[in-house]
Amino acid sequence: MQEPSYIELLPNGGPVGLKAIPVLKYSDFSSQMAGMMSLETVHCVLYYAFPYNGGLKFIAVLADDTSGKFLVFSHEQNSRITTLDSLTPQIPALHLFEREIHENFGIGFDNHPWLKPVRFANDRHRKDLGMNDYPFYRIDSEELHEVGVGPIHAGVIEPGHFRFICNGEKVIHLEIQLGYQHRGIEKLMLEAKSGLTRSVLAENIAGDTAVGHAVTNAQLIESLAGITISDSLQVERAIALELERIAVHIGDTAALCADVAYQFGQVVNEALRTTIINTTQLWCGNRFGKGLIRPGGTHYPLTSPVIESMLNTLNDTGFRFREITDNIFTAPSLLIRFDGIGIVTRNQALSIGAVGMAARMTGIARDIRTTHPTGHYSVLKYEPIIQETGDVLARAMLRNLEACKSIEMVTDRASALLATCHLQPATDNRQPITDNYLQPSSFALSVTEGWRGEIAHAAITGPYGEIVHYKIKDPSFHNWMALALAVRNQEISDFPVCNKSFNLSYCGHDL
Amino acid sequence: MFRSIKILRQHGIQYVPNLRTAKLTPLFRGRPVITGQLSAEQSAELANLCPSGAIEPNPFSIDLGKCVFCRECEFAAPDKIRFTNDYHIATNNRSNLIIRADQDIPIILDPDLVRKEIRTLFRRSLKLRQVSAAGDASNEMELNAAGNVCFDMGRYGIEFVASPRHADGLVITGPISENMAEALQICYDATPAPKLIILCGTDAISGGLFAESHALNRTFLNRYPIDLYVPGNPVHPLTFINGILDLIGRRI
Ligand code: SF4
Repeated sequence: MQEPSYIELLPNGGPVGLKAIPVLKYSDFSSQMAGMMSLETVHCVLYYAFPYNGGLKFIAVLADDTSGKFLVFSHEQNSRITTLDSLTPQIPALHLFEREIHENFGIGFDNHPWLKPVRFANDRHRKDLGMNDYPFYRIDSEELHEVGVGPIHAGVIEPGHFRFICNGEKVIHLEIQLGYQHRGIEKLMLEAKSGLTRSVLAENIAGDTAVGHAVTNAQLIESLAGITISDSLQVERAIALELERIAVHIGDTAALCADVAYQFGQVVNEALRTTIINTTQLWCGNRFGKGLIRPGGTHYPLTSPVIESMLNTLNDTGFRFREITDNIFTAPSLLIRFDGIGIVTRNQALSIGAVGMAARMTGIARDIRTTHPTGHYSVLKYEPIIQETGDVLARAMLRNLEACKSIEMVTDRASALLATCHLQPATDNRQPITDNYLQPSSFALSVTEGWRGEIAHAAITGPYGEIVHYKIKDPSFHNWMALALAVRNQEISDFPVCNKSFNLSYCGHDL
Repeated sequence: MFRSIKILRQHGIQYVPNLRTAKLTPLFRGRPVITGQLSAEQSAELANLCPSGAIEPNPFSIDLGKCVFCRECEFAAPDKIRFTNDYHIATNNRSNLIIRADQDIPIILDPDLVRKEIRTLFRRSLKLRQVSAAGDASNEMELNAAGNVCFDMGRYGIEFVASPRHADGLVITGPISENMAEALQICYDATPAPKLIILCGTDAISGGLFAESHALNRTFLNRYPIDLYVPGNPVHPLTFINGILDLIGRRI
């Protein structure tokens, strides 16, 4: 094989000229992809296509954990090309990326084992097919039966359809149909009249990750506009991201308790989550942090009264959270519902390209805060928390440990901020700059570790610095497959607790 | 056992005693107030700035059914626009959501517009089915929070139920995607009369940020009367609970 041909991007670095991204022949692209991804330390962050010069340009972004860089390369096809050889048989982690390209542009992928719709996107190639045409996998047998759940679920949650094939109570196969939440956000990002609109759209991609997506968007725009933000603003963004993580992990611990009928743990954790989101509300007026993050600055610099209240809350909530989790993780009646349930093996997680929590629960040290840190994480030297067993217990424990570690981290960072500032507002943050001149004809990438895992936004600019393509990837895009694998050979009654232990995003996937 | 009792004691009383008068942090973005007249130029600038088309320049007004409460208009014109922390912003009259200059008055529910059976049947017990139709999960989480130990709307007999057959009405979140339109209709058809419809969150009321997207299908809303509009991004649990209490005519 020839020398690999790609361009390297630093997590904190600026954009690259679109022309600087090597364009490979598809055969070389394929062998390079297969070669590079044979390493466990390399995974695919993005692989997508967009209309270019009358044909299509396909961009692949791989994350190399060893070098801490992103490796970008591409191939181009003219409009006569209708099929390519699928890479999925060799690299299963690409299955959904190829499906997305197939759905959007009608490109066939020969030998793809599962070339099905992704979300029935509004701009899909086959407008004649809709949600009711999803080709579910079937097994003809008199012994087996199917169970369909959703799109509307029993609780107050987002819609999605789960189709189980069961042998008695045992799940043989689960197929998840998504797309109900599709709002056409990537297109709205292009049509948006201003950078402000894009920033507000970003925080509404997935409401439980408002800060995660808004930070990812802000970093992308700052990179294209050549803006550097102050150290204190970087610290504040890290605090906001970690508060989001703490709130969700505690809230999901409550939900796990609810699913195994441990009401005491549920109500205590719900009340504890409330204290965290109310801290975010005290800071910026919104419990989910909407409005807090903007490119170039913020309207809500941290002030010392807010920091003081935050420190008190974290101290108290941290203590009480440790007490209730001691209860949870020592109760045999709860552990029997978590331990050994819904296992995803390390090899499975690697092969489907799981990211974030879904990778770390099986012993894979995949955490953007460590491998590709941006902003304040570059100086934090964050050590990822790893669990080995890949079951519900591992995911519950991971949440517990990550919440505690983030409480410590925020306490430490917020105290340091408090020590250096006696003035109000506490920091030197500038006003947001939402209408920027963006570097023309470029490709820019921004990747952040949200509470679920890596969030990626990528933009391509045209000759006048206008955004001509905007790609969004929520970690759920990779991780829904992990849930489908987790419930194989489980009792169907264990599905709710498996589902909650991942708590994946429907709207983040559907966009 | 003893440990659980200890945790319970430390926890103390969590519930908010009076949901009508509870105060939110000053920064909470509720009902805005517009003071003084804005110049034509400034009005046009603000209308252009607003990411969700909630601002009409002439005469100047803010439509809370479209506003996503980003507060950017206030940052651009702090001497003219101020978001207060008044969270009593739900109403059954769509036009009451339009805020005009020099009108610092509470948003109220119009009792004459309430369907009669709502107040006779549901004053003490109201069961609702929630349908998320492309909601971003923040409204859904706030609706769950409305039932948790802090807000505890169950104390008024207000509850979410799993089956539409057990529900008195629907609470819709999200801008209603094309891909969810059919499921929403099926759910509505399965609900017994009088089938209340409550639109929860700016996305549901007007499409919000997504109003221009071709991926939506909001025709469902043209077919039926809407009983309550609850603005927010997301809706605060206090806004939701107070809106419902007003609708069913319950004083607490
Ligand atoms: S707060 Fe509302 S009216 Fe003001 S800019 Fe934002 S969306 Fe528009």
